[in-house]
Amino acid sequence: MNKKLVLAVAPIVTFIILVIFFWFALEKDPKKLNSNLIDKPVPDFKLSALQNPERVYTTDSLPDELFLLNVWGTWCGPCHIEHPYLMKFSQKYPVPIVGVNYKDKARDALEFLEQKGNPYSMVIADVDGQLGIDLGVYGAPETFVVDSDGKVRFRYVGVIDDRVWNSKILPVIEQVQGYPLEQVQKEVAENDSEGMK
Amino acid sequence: MIPELGNFLLIMAFINAIFLGVLSFIGAHYQHNGLMLFSKRASISIFVLILASFVCLTTSFINNDFSVAYVANHSNTQLPIHYRISAVWGAHEGSLLLWVLILTGWMAAVAIFSKSLPKPLITRVLGVMGFIAIGFIAFTLFTSNPFERVLPFIPIDGSDLNPLLQDFGLIVHPPMLYMGYVGFSVVFAFAIAGLLQGDLDHHWARWSRPWTTVAWIFMSLGIALGSWWAYYELGWGGWWFWDPVENASFMPWLAGTALIHSLAATEKRGVFKSWTVLLAILTFSLSLLGTFLVRSGVLTSVHSFANDPVRGRFILVFLGIVVGASLLIYAIQSSKIRSKANFGLFSRETALLFNNALLAVVTFMVLLGTLHPLIQEAFTGDKSSVGPPYFNLMFSIFMIPILILMPIGQQINWKQESMKPMLTKYWLWAISSIIIALAVVIIMGGIEPMAFVGTTLGLWVLAGCAKYVLAQASKSTSFTVGLKKISRSYWGMLVAHLGVAVTVLGVVLTSYYSIEENIKIHQGETVQVEDVDVEFYDFKNTEGPNYISSAGSFRIYSEGELITDLHPEKRKYNASKMVMTEADIDAGLFRDIYVVMGEPLDDGAWAISVYYKPFVRWIWLGSIFMALGGLLAVSDKRYRQRRRERKQAKSEATSVEEGQGE
Repeated sequence: MNKKLVLAVAPIVTFIILVIFFWFALEKDPKKLNSNLIDKPVPDFKLSALQNPERVYTTDSLPDELFLLNVWGTWCGPCHIEHPYLMKFSQKYPVPIVGVNYKDKARDALEFLEQKGNPYSMVIADVDGQLGIDLGVYGAPETFVVDSDGKVRFRYVGVIDDRVWNSKILPVIEQVQGYPLEQVQKEVAENDSEGMK
Repeated sequence: MIPELGNFLLIMAFINAIFLGVLSFIGAHYQHNGLMLFSKRASISIFVLILASFVCLTTSFINNDFSVAYVANHSNTQLPIHYRISAVWGAHEGSLLLWVLILTGWMAAVAIFSKSLPKPLITRVLGVMGFIAIGFIAFTLFTSNPFERVLPFIPIDGSDLNPLLQDFGLIVHPPMLYMGYVGFSVVFAFAIAGLLQGDLDHHWARWSRPWTTVAWIFMSLGIALGSWWAYYELGWGGWWFWDPVENASFMPWLAGTALIHSLAATEKRGVFKSWTVLLAILTFSLSLLGTFLVRSGVLTSVHSFANDPVRGRFILVFLGIVVGASLLIYAIQSSKIRSKANFGLFSRETALLFNNALLAVVTFMVLLGTLHPLIQEAFTGDKSSVGPPYFNLMFSIFMIPILILMPIGQQINWKQESMKPMLTKYWLWAISSIIIALAVVIIMGGIEPMAFVGTTLGLWVLAGCAKYVLAQASKSTSFTVGLKKISRSYWGMLVAHLGVAVTVLGVVLTSYYSIEENIKIHQGETVQVEDVDVEFYDFKNTEGPNYISSAGSFRIYSEGELITDLHPEKRKYNASKMVMTEADIDAGLFRDIYVVMGEPLDDGAWAISVYYKPFVRWIWLGSIFMALGGLLAVSDKRYRQRRRERKQAKSEATSVEEGQGE
């Protein structure tokens, strides 16, 4: 009898715990920044370039201007979705995007970029995920806005599409920079047709 | 005007649903004929209202009414008409309306096709579904209204549908999948209605079985379509990512598969009643959980719907009420359920018990992996996904015993079977599967242990189906007579299991023996890739309806003989400026050749990728067999008999209790 009671009550108890759990998970919206890194410099690293393992990148190799730091991997489904958007933004706006190829195989990553295009001004190969850990990455894709002093100003977890770009990333860039971001005048179409000739 | 009409119809449906939810239970409790009739009519009218509302939204898309925010964000004047229609469910708000449409469609179907069932029961079933409808219509109306206007500054043109979604796959995948997701609400409603009434006899299982099977058929096809879409559209040769949203659909499918099996045991033998009811509740709860995970944004996913904590909270509260209340009812009422439990250790009941236990564990493992980022964050503060290796490992571990048991389970008798004579019959089949599997993996290119195990199991299940048919046929005077003696529902089971075998073989062989090569190639050049030659003979820039395309033409030769001619493209969409690769695939039963255009290189050459994917079609072919199996099972005589009984019942003008005849 007692056993029967336990069996009858167990599902609802488990479920209540699950709901409470979800409630708190919702409070912590994963896409909001809760990084300790905000207003701190990008953590030090010493990692090789994806395209050339002999070339070593450190924080000094990062651009001197405002840039985006995008953490991605070919194993990550959402990154495949995000990629065309990054291609578009990299062609449309004068903001360099630095890629952190996170816990990935170099061969797969190169293949991916060769096939789908390379939106990155440089790609850091973070094979063991050290930089990812220091950045507090909890899932790819993640994007950081880094200012010209090398300080992290904003963090976004998840796919950056048009809506996120316009509502989240662009305002932050403009605020950090202090002036509106001009679109690059050259049309993307021209760019492409040149490449295709 | 049309969007306002749509909104108004939606509100009308909402009010109707409230009446339905409340009055049904009162009507059923007092057995009030008028109220019970009302619940039937209300169910149908809610469906009609939602359908009309859905038509309004579709009309706004067709007319390019960019004053509607949802249309402006997901359509464009250049978008071809068929994509403008499918764009209705291309994003959160519209897909939610589709969800509601399908839910109310199922509700209307229950109201129409259940004339032979006791009225109070069916009224309660409709009442439960009415409550679910209240929740989802409210969700649409208050947090995600697709009819919201952008006034006064109406955009001149819309911002286009994501090019990835401008595809045949997207037209059919969500409706199919939702048919499955929401279809499980019927068996859920039956379970709750039964629990409320306090009598859950074997009729209950029998009535809910066809509904469950039909939902399961749609779900199987829906998942397969999604996987096929990912395969040809993402241009990466992948067909399953273990993405949270894929898992969200896979979990109810797994639970639904378990449910189909335990319903069979409950109907035929009156066993596992309490578990079957719980499973019915859990299956639909997983559907709701999937909705929560997808729409709240607690997990990041490929299918990133616009997320907003308000929406997440709304669904969570709703999920809490629906699932919480049903589990509470279960906790209170389940002690009243009496199961017979007289079956031997080696019997079909035991086999089904194992099937259910294993499927339940697999579902739980997938759930755990999906929620892992959340769980980990709660305990350690950081967050990472477990990724495909975890899922592949866990899934294989528990699929192996399921596949080993499948042929035995489908052949043994109810109640009791003597183990020894039964098992000795299988030696030959088991050994032949091993030998053939060995031959297959050697031909395919080398012995990979897991590939060998998987192939053996796939063949073992195939052999099991063949053995069953042969055994049945040899019992009778002639082969054809024997075949005819196998009932439709048995054929259904065999075909569905055959489908499982086909899918397993496809998954295993594709995973282990695919070849991918990236090459650099000039126009006019021929490059050797593994044992085929690829010739790049033409290149064209053309213009599509809403994109510019650069298409390469490739001839593939094997030993000098032309196998196929492929034209992969790279498209740039005018409105969104997004570049998409369109793979071209030479599909075959035994292998696909898949070519994708990469990037133009500096010296005028192109980088292209060539994939050789053996047996990849079998993955989806298997699910077609599964669906076909389901269809055969539903068309079994037993269910047609019911219809005949219903006619009889009508003529006698009495409500007939369901007949016992099998």
